[in-house]
Amino acid sequence: MSPEKVNHLPESDTKLTLGLPGAGGECHRTKAGTKRGFLETVDLNLMSSSNDNKHCEENDAMASSKTPATKAQVVGWPPVRAYRKSAMKGSCKFVKVAVDGAPYLRKVDLEIYHSYQELLSALEDMFSFLTIRNHVNERKIIDNVNGVEYVPTYEDKDGDWMLVGDVPWKMFVESCKRVRLMKSSEAIGLGN
Amino acid sequence: MRQDLTVQQMSEDDDRSPPLDLRCGAAPSINRARNCSGEAVSGSGSSTSSSIPASVPVTVTEYQSQYPDQVLEIVLENVLQFLTSRRDRNAASLVCKSWWRAEALTRSELFIGNCYAVSPDRARGRFRRVRSVVLKGKPRFADFNLMPPDWGAHFGPWVCVLANAYPWLEKVYLKRMSITDDDLALLAESFSGFKELTLVCCEGFGTCGLAFIASKCRQLRVLDLIETEVTDDEVDWISLFPEGETCLESLIFDCVDCAINFEALEKLVARSPFLRKLRLNRHVSIRQLYRLMVRAPQLTHLGTGKYGPSEVAQRQGDTEPDYIAAFAACKSLVCLSGFREITPDYLSAIYPVCANLTSLNFSYATITADQLKPVICNCHKLQIFWVGVPCVIDYQCFEEIWVLKLILAVIMQALDSICDEGLQAVAATCKELRELRVFPMNAQEDVEGPVSEVGLQAISEGCRKLQSILYFCQRMTNAAVIAMSSNCLELEVFRLCIMGRHRPDHATGEPMDEGFGAIVRNCRKLTRLAVSGLLTDRAFGYIGKYGKLIRTLSVAFAGDSDMGLKYVLEGCPKLQKLEIRDSPFGDAALRSGLHHYYNMRFLWMSSCRLTRQGCQEIAQAMPRLVVEVIRSDDEEETDNYVETLYMYRSLEGPRHDAPKFVTILR
Repeated sequence: MSPEKVNHLPESDTKLTLGLPGAGGECHRTKAGTKRGFLETVDLNLMSSSNDNKHCEENDAMASSKTPATKAQVVGWPPVRAYRKSAMKGSCKFVKVAVDGAPYLRKVDLEIYHSYQELLSALEDMFSFLTIRNHVNERKIIDNVNGVEYVPTYEDKDGDWMLVGDVPWKMFVESCKRVRLMKSSEAIGLGN
Repeated sequence: MRQDLTVQQMSEDDDRSPPLDLRCGAAPSINRARNCSGEAVSGSGSSTSSSIPASVPVTVTEYQSQYPDQVLEIVLENVLQFLTSRRDRNAASLVCKSWWRAEALTRSELFIGNCYAVSPDRARGRFRRVRSVVLKGKPRFADFNLMPPDWGAHFGPWVCVLANAYPWLEKVYLKRMSITDDDLALLAESFSGFKELTLVCCEGFGTCGLAFIASKCRQLRVLDLIETEVTDDEVDWISLFPEGETCLESLIFDCVDCAINFEALEKLVARSPFLRKLRLNRHVSIRQLYRLMVRAPQLTHLGTGKYGPSEVAQRQGDTEPDYIAAFAACKSLVCLSGFREITPDYLSAIYPVCANLTSLNFSYATITADQLKPVICNCHKLQIFWVGVPCVIDYQCFEEIWVLKLILAVIMQALDSICDEGLQAVAATCKELRELRVFPMNAQEDVEGPVSEVGLQAISEGCRKLQSILYFCQRMTNAAVIAMSSNCLELEVFRLCIMGRHRPDHATGEPMDEGFGAIVRNCRKLTRLAVSGLLTDRAFGYIGKYGKLIRTLSVAFAGDSDMGLKYVLEGCPKLQKLEIRDSPFGDAALRSGLHHYYNMRFLWMSSCRLTRQGCQEIAQAMPRLVVEVIRSDDEEETDNYVETLYMYRSLEGPRHDAPKFVTILR
């Protein structure tokens, strides 16, 4: 196998994975006393000998074993700046994320996530006053402080506002222009 | 360093003896006025041989009334204009009150290494005629998500004071500060002669803020945005530069990840005859780069945008521009960077400039050693080289499947040698190399990477003038590190990051103690050190024993016990910046640095074994230290251990802008 070929393939293609979807090869070593991120309850880690195995939600099956850039890996290790990590990726898909009522916007690179769950967890990290609660058929985003519910929506290429989660992940990444966490009370008429 | 501002070092004593070069034979008890007049009479302050005896005749007192202190101060001010180094100035300001005043009036470059060590008002109160300000905010580990956002380091309070105090301000350099669009607007409006803005690792503003700078700073020479996060407000800031010829000498915006108006950029470059440095973002295609290069062959520093064809389909019959000619025309080019989303076929275009290059940054370019070699073998003058090394296959999941693991190990061995080959090519050609940085392209820790001790050994043998190295790798040996310590005696900065945590020497299985020990022992000029791999307290013993010039030390996942940190705090007198994460150092170790913390800019310790009581003790023992305990989220700590300790000396006491996840201990 020639080096050139290998270097040009997107990362997920060069990863050889076995095991159930969602099997992450990386160790989830976290220090004692660390608060567990929501994401860690979702990862399936069949290959690790640690006793931190948790169950995986089927609609969050990940095709590749790449670990998302939140709490499942040790934070900030290796010490490479996020700017460099995203710049080296080559393409990236930055979209603005606005939360109704919050005075600041954040930007996220959709390409570093592989599922809606990963994205929402990252948003949970970024907007620390929010919590994501998983119910049977849907996810709810709730403001910790005042209990206000948010619905994640996005503007697509055609300028329409849609509910996040309706289309397959890859289609979402391609068509999403910006994300808005809308207050539930205002999100009438979206989706069905 | 801001040592001059610590209380115990500030001279309050009017009767301090004059410095050696103003020796006038007078006893310290003679009042300063007479000493000063004595000097005025003798004509200059610089003579060391003229000795005015203590029993000075009456004439001196006559002069005393006609030549008051102001004369000396004017003389001093004129002399001190030539003193540019801030460390020299700090020393000069400690001589006596008169010198302190003269120095304060003549200091034009203000350097503040920690924006919370001193308040804007205090700085303004002392230094009246500042033209250039350097401000640094967050500690470095904030870059790696170890600190929650919105911790602080706001430029706002500073820009308000600067705007009032220094209307003639020309230069602002900010590092790791939080800046808003409004801050930039105020800056743009307040300083009519503003010339240089450099923002490194900053965040909080967008293209809106850039628009203010572009449109209002008519004398702007430098606008450098380096690894700074800029939100896309969809404002066409490039087109807002003033019409007509500009003063622009440097325009660096590769980190501004927004589409730009290329026509406006091209016109801007065409009307900027003084432009020497231009670094584009990835939204500029190689065809567009060509058009810019043709307009600016005088460039010395060029950062390409996307180094390959854009997605826009070219019209049939469109010929490719002559990139080689464009590069060849840039006779002054010494620094090349960029090469994002690179199509390696286009690399040959840079061959004409390789022989003149002193700085080459390929760290964003995914190329192989074979593609690198023809470039590097021409770069005889190269002094600075940054490269990214691709990590290829993640086969960690094959732990259990030994056959596959074996096969992959064989492949990896082959690939390893290929990428070390790239470094071997560097070692063979770049004899003038001063600075090398090898970054991982796929920054995960459990991935096999293709540079190893072979690359490091080769560099150490070939690049004997090396002063600074940052080297990411998966595995390392003590032997290679020891080789570097004996070959590269000019090393001032040695940062080795073995990405697998707690990894021992992969050949011997031993800790990496001896390697780092050799570095501190042999590299007598070492001022900055970052350690990694499996390290015991012994390594820290070496650092404490030999690292006498070390100013910055970075530790992660290392050490066995409190002794490790004690060795360092007790042994390294020049230590100013110490950042530690995930290491088993506790309260006892923290206590052992009490004698030294006022001499340091900061101490960072996260995920160590510090308790709140331990940190509290330090806060109580040292009133001029601000001791911040930082939680990663809003919840209370469930542990007994403090998640993050960040402490720094300050003249101002606890800051008033601390967010709720920061507790300042008293």
